[in-house]
Amino acid sequence: MTTATDERARTTAPGAPEARGERPLVGVLAVQGDVREHLAALELAGARTRTVRRPAELTDLDGLVVPGGESTTIDRLSRLFGLHEPLRARIADGLPVFGSCAGMIQLADRILDGHAEQQTFGGIDMTVRRNAFGRQVDSFESDLHVEGVEDEGRTFRAVFIRAPRVEDHGPGVEVLARVDDAVVAVRQGNLLATSFHPEVTDDHRVHELFVRMCAAARVADAR
Amino acid sequence: MSEPTTHTTGTTRVKRGMADMLKGGVIMDVVTPDQAKIAEDAGAVAVMALERVPADIRAQGGVSRMSDPDMIDGIIEAVSIPVMAKARIGHFVEAQVLQSLGVDYVDESEVLTPADYANHIDKWAFTVPFVCGATNLGEALRRITEGAAMIRSKGEAGTGDVSNAVTHMRTIRAEIRRLQGLAEDELYVAAKELQAPYELVKEVAGAGRLPVVLFTAGGIATPADAAMMMQLGAEGVFVGSGIFKSGNPAERAAAIVKATTFYDDPDTLAQVSRGLGEAMVGINVDDIPVPHRLAERGW
Repeated sequence: MTTATDERARTTAPGAPEARGERPLVGVLAVQGDVREHLAALELAGARTRTVRRPAELTDLDGLVVPGGESTTIDRLSRLFGLHEPLRARIADGLPVFGSCAGMIQLADRILDGHAEQQTFGGIDMTVRRNAFGRQVDSFESDLHVEGVEDEGRTFRAVFIRAPRVEDHGPGVEVLARVDDAVVAVRQGNLLATSFHPEVTDDHRVHELFVRMCAAARVADAR
Repeated sequence: MSEPTTHTTGTTRVKRGMADMLKGGVIMDVVTPDQAKIAEDAGAVAVMALERVPADIRAQGGVSRMSDPDMIDGIIEAVSIPVMAKARIGHFVEAQVLQSLGVDYVDESEVLTPADYANHIDKWAFTVPFVCGATNLGEALRRITEGAAMIRSKGEAGTGDVSNAVTHMRTIRAEIRRLQGLAEDELYVAAKELQAPYELVKEVAGAGRLPVVLFTAGGIATPADAAMMMQLGAEGVFVGSGIFKSGNPAERAAAIVKATTFYDDPDTLAQVSRGLGEAMVGINVDDIPVPHRLAERGW
């Protein structure tokens, strides 16, 4: 499935000169989780990076990653340190955001099996079930195809760790990957989410897709 | 549930990756489902289910073993975050039982009475990942060789005295820095001295860190303790007796979680350190005779 946005993004290769002549600046929400792995993958995918723990650190970002981690902890700390509302506002304003695992949960409009008080940033019209594949002994790796990444025909080694899955979604949500029948990667506009952890493998095609989305959104903003 | 052929469970990446997801977080010892809920509400990334916290093990003495499966089940039922549990050093059957119960991580722990004074558990044989304690780099690398997917510096559990946690973390980090400064042909002798495989020593020398996540444990009782350990290079914090042996567990747990995230921000640390009530009373490690120090267990 190829959208107009994808085509425009592909014209802006990572690292190429763009509207403001520099690589997109992508933040990684760093209240808890595998921040270092995302920072490394983003740099290799052609982005400049910054960790985000305070509302002021959201300023000037061209995109944000919500990492893998414990979603209840990320939610709680984001609210305690005043990141929740500013981030919701930036998402509503069109900021590109990529969430892996816990990050997918935090981008869902609706969650199942969450903590009673858990709140998400939302933005993607989907219902996500936490720990949908079971406990850690059920965590697994699998080869799957991810639509929209470079060289789509080549499989992606996906690592699922106490992973969530998309139980249902609205018509505006594009399904990018499935494992068996389960939806495990989606995109809605500038928001991208995966049940699995592309940041813990050496295959950076999902991060490259996201960096292209960030670059494209910035070019669109500049017009 | 039928297992589709394409799924591979229990891989090194899945085991070590699980620990990656806990980074920047706090893992709390709990002995009841209610304590587990308090920990989850406070923002813990995981709980360690056990029958007695180390301070009580120390006070009551006797042989300390894996917890009752009913008690572990109760805690698994109570929370949605990962649940860890402890097996005795070398007691591979306790580990088999814990894996069967569905715990998310097994801690092969010196806090319990060792079951084997020569061998640790062969952790490669399991689907569930293991965390092990270490006081120095050689010990950490031997545990990783046996299949540990996460390391914690040992400290001295059940004391509320952070000094040994500091010593062990500084030792591990200093030994890694030393390896980084060695010439390639000096790494063979370094491996001999560390009593660890050459390939692993070479990997650490190149990367400047362990190939698995390194947490801290043993004596952390305050937000400032947690933050100091993070500044010394820990990637996350285990808190044992420090929370539920204090005057206000819920507040203290939440404060330690915040301090672990903002470990390098003294203003935030000052703010979260206020109004926590009594910290655990604690014991000076120096006052404990060497044979009773838990960190001496494991080799």
